Formats: sequence, structure tokens, C-alpha cells
Amino acid sequence: MRVDLGDLGFDEGGHLLVKRALRAAAPGEAVEVTGGAPEMALHLEVWCRAEGHRCARGREGVLIVSPGAAEAARWKGAEPAGHADPRRPGAVAERAPLRWGLAARGATVEAGSPEFDFRLTGKAEVWADTAAALYAQAAAAQWNPATAIPWDAAFDLPAEVEDAVVQIMTYLVENETAALIVPSRFLAQLHPHFREVMQLLAVQAADEARHVEVFTRRALLKRDRLGLSTAGGQASLKTLVDEPEFAIAAFLLSVLGEGSFLVLLWFLERHAPDPVTEAVARLAAQDEARHVAFGLAHLRRRLEEDPGFRSRLSLAVRQRHEALRHTAGLNREVFDALLVVAAGGWDPGQLRLGHRRVMGLLADMDAARRNHLRRLGFADEEAAELSGLHTRNFM
Amino acid sequence: MSGTKTLILGAVAYDPKVVTIWDGFQRHFALHHLPFDYVLYSNYESQVEAHFRGHLHVAWNSPLAWIQSQRIAAALGRKAEAVAMRDSDRDLTSVILVRADSGIHEVADLRGKRIAVGAQDSPQATLIPLGRLASLGIEPNTDCEVLPFDLVPGKHGDHIGGERVAVRALLRGDAEAACILDANHLLFSQEGTLPSGATRILDRTPPYDHCNFTVLDGAPQALVAEFQRLLFAMSYADPLLRPLLDLEGLKQWLPGRTSGYAQLEAAVTRLGAIDAFVEQVAAQCG
Repeated sequence: MRVDLGDLGFDEGGHLLVKRALRAAAPGEAVEVTGGAPEMALHLEVWCRAEGHRCARGREGVLIVSPGAAEAARWKGAEPAGHADPRRPGAVAERAPLRWGLAARGATVEAGSPEFDFRLTGKAEVWADTAAALYAQAAAAQWNPATAIPWDAAFDLPAEVEDAVVQIMTYLVENETAALIVPSRFLAQLHPHFREVMQLLAVQAADEARHVEVFTRRALLKRDRLGLSTAGGQASLKTLVDEPEFAIAAFLLSVLGEGSFLVLLWFLERHAPDPVTEAVARLAAQDEARHVAFGLAHLRRRLEEDPGFRSRLSLAVRQRHEALRHTAGLNREVFDALLVVAAGGWDPGQLRLGHRRVMGLLADMDAARRNHLRRLGFADEEAAELSGLHTRNFM
Repeated sequence: MSGTKTLILGAVAYDPKVVTIWDGFQRHFALHHLPFDYVLYSNYESQVEAHFRGHLHVAWNSPLAWIQSQRIAAALGRKAEAVAMRDSDRDLTSVILVRADSGIHEVADLRGKRIAVGAQDSPQATLIPLGRLASLGIEPNTDCEVLPFDLVPGKHGDHIGGERVAVRALLRGDAEAACILDANHLLFSQEGTLPSGATRILDRTPPYDHCNFTVLDGAPQALVAEFQRLLFAMSYADPLLRPLLDLEGLKQWLPGRTSGYAQLEAAVTRLGAIDAFVEQVAAQCG
């Protein structure tokens, strides 16, 4: 094997040609190097010494590089970290070794790489086959809060209706903050081997960050302060933030919580008193639907592998209900604000209609939860019971 | 010390990574049941003196510390032995650089010129190249002016800062030539300290050897033999050892050889660089 560096200096990248020739040579075969750069020979000899190769001078300025064992030794014991394409058999490990660390799935990992303290390393704990498709949808559906919402639209609501909108927005911000923190916390604990789930959780957190922004901005559109935050509402959300298990959190937050929330956002879109409220509710609902879809996909996979896990989900709802038994749940102000917005005015007839609509909202939420629970294999009766035990705070 | 149960190694703390390296090797030796500990010195002279005072069994010596040890041993009627070295300690060279547009084309042209060198005790950036010039008829400080960059004395040039400053002095025009290790020529070229085409190599020394593990007569033989055996068995394929070998700059430990120190011997003899130290330690430890 022979390689001519021409007048390329070793310090200008000439070493790449030598490395390439050594890779192409048969095992143990020497490579003859020639070149016209002034310090080529010096640099080649120094490089060989550092790399563990032998370098000898041949005739007519030829340098003969005999490969050492170090390069091959470096990659001895290296292992492939699955395969980048999750559809290939064995591409995604059932248990991702901590020593794979941050390596891209499909990369070859040098032995001796440091172990990272990722807590979520089991495929069964986190995976959904639809994660890649949902991430692609999410990435394509990102909207710009500055342009997607008609912030400059002219409207002027009665003061009480505007106050009601501000209270609802205050409540939405609080809930979306929980929905941002929960996936973010798991994101930091997730083994990056499960790349598609990692990406999906990241974009989910970005979705919620955008929701927090637009709900805040709508609240402050006509007012200079936000509404009320209640102890009961926060107690309900705290049970979500404190939940340590990924699947249980996905169930309580994404399936039951965001599933209910989705119905609420559709309700707000339908009964919005102004175009800005209508737009923020509509756009947020698009995103929330994906979050629900991932939660359902993950849990369905988990339950296919471990049907016994269904009783854990059931228990989680009951435990959360017990934990929240002595709290107020949904704050009265939010309930009243929803009623005012749905009524559209203060006429007793309008208020009665508003109340009927809010009752309809609660029934729709219940129906949505029961539907999700049935899709997870719960019998009608248990689905109805568990839906009834869901937090009164909706999320 | 021959009845000792733990092998004590001395090393010079020229960089914080020295602690990482020797902590790591200590763990490796412990796994292989070699009782091993190490002591760090801030400079080679303290280490050499401590070696002769019996504070340690194996000294991880610079080439100059090896010559110092050898001469003190000779003065005391004792014997110093190089028991191991890195593969990268063999066949180093130094280069004497001039600016590309300089009118200096052969070593004789350095007469009357100012030559930037590294630390005064650096074998590669001062002693060996100055010895080389002397052997070619340019006596340092007589036929030419020597401009030393003694950034970290006592480290025998292990810290490359002095060489980098010497090269900058050459490029600035504060000196007409500069002496550096061949490996640093490649490093400085790659990192841009030596801009492409700004300098040329006026002269290059013959190959010489660098560090070695030195033991003195009376060292615990069985422990030293086990230390050597474990060193030579270290494999670059071992993922636990590889980071340590990378930090220490080697791929493989080799047996010590002493045939590569003749240039430094001749240089220190000619320059008288270590005579006072050798006499002092020999007197104190005799």
C-alpha cells in the first residue's frame, strides 16, 4: 500500500490520508508514505510515535509505516447500540445499558464509556411504536404564537365576561405548567437510546411552553393581572408532578387529564366570546390531542405485554382520589367563569343555558375518559367508576 | 527497605492529571494484589534526593532526573537501573527552528544570534539542542545568546509552556532561532501557534530517549519485578486502563533502555548543568 501526500502538510490534514491508507491496508501490512511538504517526515514520525505505529525511512525519501496494535485495541469490545431504524428487529434494546450513555442509537460504542445515571432504561417502561410518527406530526405542526393568533383582532367584552376569560386562562396556565414539568422530569431520566420518545417528550414540553405563553398573553390582553390560583387545584396537580412512575404519570396526566382537558379546550373554542380565546383554545387542543395519543399508545403496548398492569392503573386512580378526597378540586371561580363564558350574558335564561352547557362539558369529559379507559381494555363498569373518581380539577 | 510490604513510587506533579493517572494505576495494581502507593513531588530534584534518602522505591524520572540519579549513584558507589519506559519515550528528537525568511541557513549562521529555548532544565527544549549546537561549534552563551523561558522550573520541561513562549519569541523577532521537541512542532503547527510556512527547521537532533522508571540498588526486588510484570501486561484494549494510558501518553509499556541518553549525558557534561546538584545530594546521602 502506498500513499502520496503531495505537498499537503501533515498538520493540514495529511494524517487523514495516512490513516485512510492504514485502514485500507491488509492487517499488519506496511504503508509507504511519500510527500513533498517540508516537515512531512518529522510530523509523520512524531504522529507514528504517538499512535503506536512504527516508522522507518526507506529509499528515496519513502517513509514506511508499520501499523501498531493500538487502533484495533481501542475498538476491541466496542458494541453496536441497537440500530437507528426502530422498525428493524432488535433495533431498540429491551433494556438499554447505562454504558451506552449518550451514544446515538445505532452508533458503535467504545468499551469503557462512562455509565450515566438514567433511571428509565426499559423499553416496556417508556416505548410506543407510534412515537416516531407522533414526533414527526408534532414537529410539522408547530405554530408560531406571534402569528398564528389574531392578537390585534378588535373586540370588547363585558367586564365580567373578560374577568371570566382571565380566570379560565389563569387556570389553564397552571395546568399547562404541570403538563410541562411532568414530561420534562421524565425526559431527564430517560435513556436517550429511546430517541423517539425523548424527542416526543421534548416537543411535548415545548408545546406546553407555548400554551403557557399564549394563555398568559390572552389573560393580559385587556387586564394587567391574572386571576386566582386555589390550594385545591394545586393539590390536584401536585399529585401529577409527584408521580414517580412514567406509565402511571402518562395515564393520569396524558390519558385522563389531558383527555379531559382536550374536551375543555374544544368547549372553549366553541363558546369563546372573542377570536383570540377561540384561537388559543383551538391551537392548544391540536397539540393536546397528540399528547393523549402518545399516552394511549404507550399504555396499550404496555398492557399488551403485561395485562396485570391494568390493576396498577386502576389503583393509581383510586389512590389519587383518596389523596384528593379532602381538597376542593376545581375552584369555584373557574366553574363560574366557564358558566359565564358559556352563557354569553347575564340574562337568567342565558345563565341557565350556560349552566346546561357546563354540565354538558362535564358529561363530555366523562364520556371521553370512559372511552379512553375502554380503549385500554377496562370493562364498561370499571371505566365508568374510574372516570367518576378522576379529579374534579379536570387535569 | 528490602523488607518493605508496599512499593512506593515517586512522580512529579507537573499537571493535575498526574493524580488521576496514579490513582488509576494504584487501583489497577490493587486489583492484581500489588501493594502500591505513590508520593508526588513538586520538582524532580526533590524526587531524586528523596529517592536517595530511601523515601521511595521507584522514581518516574525525566531523562535529566535519570542522569542525575545515575551520577549520584556512581558517586556513592551505588547502582541506578531503568526498569521500564513508555513506547513514546523512545526515539524523540528536537528541532531548531528559524523564521522562514531568515538568512540563517546552516547552524554556523547562528553565531552571534539569540536562541530561544524552553526551561533551563528541559532536556528536549534546552539541554539537548544546546549540546547539539555546542558539538557543531556554536558554544551557548559564548558564540550565541541563549534566551530561556523558564516558566515552570524543576519540572524538566514536562510543562510545554516554555516551548510555546519560545516559539512566539521567534515569531515576534525577539530571537533568531527556537528549540522545541519534535512532537511540539506538530502540535504547534496543528493548533496554529506555528503558522504554516512561517518557520523552517534549521536542524534536527539525532533520536534520544525520554522518561524511565528508575530503581536504585536495594529496592525490594520482588515488588519491583511484579510492578514491571503488571506494567508490561497492561493492554490498550483494556477499557479501564486505556484512559489512563491515554493520559500518560503511551500505548504500551516497554522495558527500560539506557542507550538513548548519550546526547543528554554529553550536553550536561559540557554545560555543567547538574554538577552542583549531584555533588550536594551525594554529599548529603553518602
